[in-house]
Amino acid sequence: MEKSRVKKGIKEEVDNNSDWLWLMDKGISGPFICISLFSILVRVAVSMHPYSGAGDSPKYGDFEAQRHWMEITTNLPVNEWYHNSTCNDLTYWGLDYPPLTAYQSYVHGIFLRFFHPDSVSLYSSRGHESYIGKLLMRWTVLTSDVLIFFPAVLWFIIVYASQSKGYKSNLPWHVAMILLNPCLILIDHGHFQYNCISLGLTIGAVAALLCDKDLVASFFFTLALNHKQMSAYFAPAFFSYLLGKSLRCKNPVLEVVKLGIVVIGTFALIWWPYIHSKVAIFEVVSRLAPFERGIYEDYVANFWCTTSVLIKWKQLFTTQSLKLLSLTITLSSCLPSMFLQIKAPSKRGFLYGLLNSAFSFYFFSFQVHEKSILLAVLPASLLAVEEPFLFQWLTQFALFSMFPLLLRDKLLLPYIALYGIFIFIHYGKPKPKPKPNTQKPIFFVSFLIVCLLLLSLVLHVIYLKVNPPKKYPFLFEAIIMLLCFSQFVFIAVYSNRKQWILSRQLLVEVQKKRI
Amino acid sequence: MKPPKQKKLQQSKEKQTHLQNPHEPTNTIIKDLLWFSLIATFFKLLLIPAYHSTDFEVHRNWLALTHTLPLSQWYTDETSPWTLDYPPFFAYFEYLLSHFASLVDPTITDLYNGLNYKSPSVIIFQRLTKRLLIWISVISSPGLLIVDHIHFQYNGFLLGLLMASLGALQNGHDLTGGFIFAILLCFKHLFAVAGPVYFVYILRHYCRGGFLRGFSKLITMGVVVIAVFVAAYGPFAYHGQIQDVLKRFYIKTPTASFTGGLVGDSSPFAILPTVTPLVTFGVVLLAILPCVFKIWRNPDPKKIVRWVAYAYTCGFLFGWHVHEKASLHFLIPLAVVAVESIQDAQHYFMLSIVSIYSLFPLLYEAQEYPVKVILLLLYVAIMWFGFSSTFSEKKDGVVSGWIEKSYMVGFVVVEIWGQFLHPLILGDRFPFLPLMLISFYCALGMMYSWIWQLKSIIRSH
Repeated sequence: MEKSRVKKGIKEEVDNNSDWLWLMDKGISGPFICISLFSILVRVAVSMHPYSGAGDSPKYGDFEAQRHWMEITTNLPVNEWYHNSTCNDLTYWGLDYPPLTAYQSYVHGIFLRFFHPDSVSLYSSRGHESYIGKLLMRWTVLTSDVLIFFPAVLWFIIVYASQSKGYKSNLPWHVAMILLNPCLILIDHGHFQYNCISLGLTIGAVAALLCDKDLVASFFFTLALNHKQMSAYFAPAFFSYLLGKSLRCKNPVLEVVKLGIVVIGTFALIWWPYIHSKVAIFEVVSRLAPFERGIYEDYVANFWCTTSVLIKWKQLFTTQSLKLLSLTITLSSCLPSMFLQIKAPSKRGFLYGLLNSAFSFYFFSFQVHEKSILLAVLPASLLAVEEPFLFQWLTQFALFSMFPLLLRDKLLLPYIALYGIFIFIHYGKPKPKPKPNTQKPIFFVSFLIVCLLLLSLVLHVIYLKVNPPKKYPFLFEAIIMLLCFSQFVFIAVYSNRKQWILSRQLLVEVQKKRI
Repeated sequence: MKPPKQKKLQQSKEKQTHLQNPHEPTNTIIKDLLWFSLIATFFKLLLIPAYHSTDFEVHRNWLALTHTLPLSQWYTDETSPWTLDYPPFFAYFEYLLSHFASLVDPTITDLYNGLNYKSPSVIIFQRLTKRLLIWISVISSPGLLIVDHIHFQYNGFLLGLLMASLGALQNGHDLTGGFIFAILLCFKHLFAVAGPVYFVYILRHYCRGGFLRGFSKLITMGVVVIAVFVAAYGPFAYHGQIQDVLKRFYIKTPTASFTGGLVGDSSPFAILPTVTPLVTFGVVLLAILPCVFKIWRNPDPKKIVRWVAYAYTCGFLFGWHVHEKASLHFLIPLAVVAVESIQDAQHYFMLSIVSIYSLFPLLYEAQEYPVKVILLLLYVAIMWFGFSSTFSEKKDGVVSGWIEKSYMVGFVVVEIWGQFLHPLILGDRFPFLPLMLISFYCALGMMYSWIWQLKSIIRSH
């Protein structure tokens, strides 16, 4: 009822941008400060709720994993961090992220040790749970978020504002949309992870790339890659855009060499403690690729898991051939997007390219987790002004696809609250004056939208209240997965097509200029 | 209780919205209002696991009491230390709520077994009902004025009533204004401080136009007010309990002392424990007198908000057994007039910081520390940008004068001292010092505000 009322209100309010305008008086700083403070407030409020695996011995959850890494990194020398030993039992939440995560754990571990030594002492702190411990851990995420993600978003917004016309009235809304993304907040500040760091570094790289600082961009992206290997979801987009741009320079080889030096140099810097011996490198790399965990886990809304309802991939193929298969399909599915960017690199196309390559990886790569949808949501949030509906739709179903996970973490309340905040801020988007000849949305489409929304609402309630039949204990998870997968596919197809149209337009313009 | 000052941010936002488009149709304003309050409501959902004070248990107990016992025992029962000490409408209100509450979870309303009962469902229910109230008062608000009410326990609802009453007076609907104020008094007697202001204003403004006409209007108003009071107290009078009822909330138990430590008053008289209630009553009346005199001379509807706010300021500064949150009684009405001139804006800016900061000690858990600090910062930022954009043509900033500026900086110093330097330097010695410092520092600001309001009332024509 509330939603319909707001919708109605929006229709009446045609050119009323006043919701945001008063903040804009002092340029970009006003809206950014106010919205950031509100976003921090929301994050602090979410962080009072439970984390993953709270009180769930003996393995606990991601919170314990992060805490355990702090324990390991602060107590052991660098070369033993990834090494299985009596002090470092890798089967108990062993480090499985690249070295930058390990360094970050080290810094945070020192912070924890200063205020509360018990929470990171070797051995004895396993499964440590305390009021102050939780608080300190939460604050490490919060400070990482504020120090890395927020400045990156500010930079991106400044660059983006300078490059798009008529953007000013949308600026506060866009900041709010990126900073108040419910998926990211719930996973980082509820479930407990540090995605804000790698995603913040990625946004920094995108901003640098948009203002033609290609070397800075590759530096930041390499950092992101070294914080979470999942950042590789974006690698095709960065690679193809930078390659395409280099090819158009006077001296393509020199450009590529420069980029290569930055990337390799950054890698060398981060891997410094390990690059002295092959064994050490191999030890770390083998930790990063957990192939033994199978091609999919739980009920993630990607291609392998969804089709496994019909085709039992795990039984038909060996892990080895599945690895090869998934690699081939992943790469070939992002080829069109890469090809377009190499042929005609454009910044707008790059943003769509990020979304497309993230989707390719989410659908087809090996061992994808529900949380990986965050990587697709990020480029969509950067495109929010251009594609408001796509962004809302994706966020909505990304959130839904994580519903079973968040429910297990007892995060139902923040789930509802953040979803509400998101939807209402989304509807507060300043509306441009309607052109007289714009078509009304087709009845069928709006009918379909309402049906899908109702369906997901009903599924939420069913999942909460109804016990699944004994024969199919994971029936509801599977249905949620099917619904989300179908929507993701729809969005991915749309965004690939959009990128194609954009690059066609670009080529036509270039040809016109030549004539 | 916890203070999500969200509402105030929101109200300040809305104010700005209105300023930008003075000719905006009312339905757009209501739409904006809904939009902000919905976002704020969802944000408040997030705060449910936060700390809840004894006030929470008080309200739970009142729910149980009104649900379990017959009306004749509401004001005589002493099962729990938290006896019902609010006027009858509040009791009826709790009774109404208790029916919904028992649907959610029957243990809430079980008076005897439910003592100190804190299941999550109670918390959620109580928090939700608060939200509902805001909804009701937002929707039923007469247009522009009801833009603000913080929800503090059920205070948001009461302040909503006060604002509705003031809104009616401002628009010339004196009878409605008086009627709502009478209802408000039957909800919470502490609002009676503005009684003299209301009385003189209605006498001079409503009962105008010759002796006969004025007298008949006085009678009308009298009948309305008395009807409200009869509705409230009638059932208790029927049981012959008026004495008990009055005893509960007009004569406070002697343990309610001035030097109440943590809940200590910001009143500068905190150091003089020999003051009796009667003396404070006299002082409050004396302080309101100049204002009442002004009203007698010229009962201008445009100024009624300031006058009522001034009365509550006097009540806060000189009253008996005042709680910090009583500063909201004048802060909220003043928000409405804050955008009339740059001086008002400057005063409101300072007063709101003082008032919010004085509530800081109520939330003392480490978990909530960032919440309260960021809430204040956010509020300051929004007011700062909002006022700056409204008065951008004026030379003065939102904070002018070196005394005001250094006073503002002082807040940072006081907070850093209390939170970091005090434990570092003095350790466990003088644990009351930081609280006392906050209290004293805020009292300075309150005194400043009182003098400012008094000056502006005396100078106005």
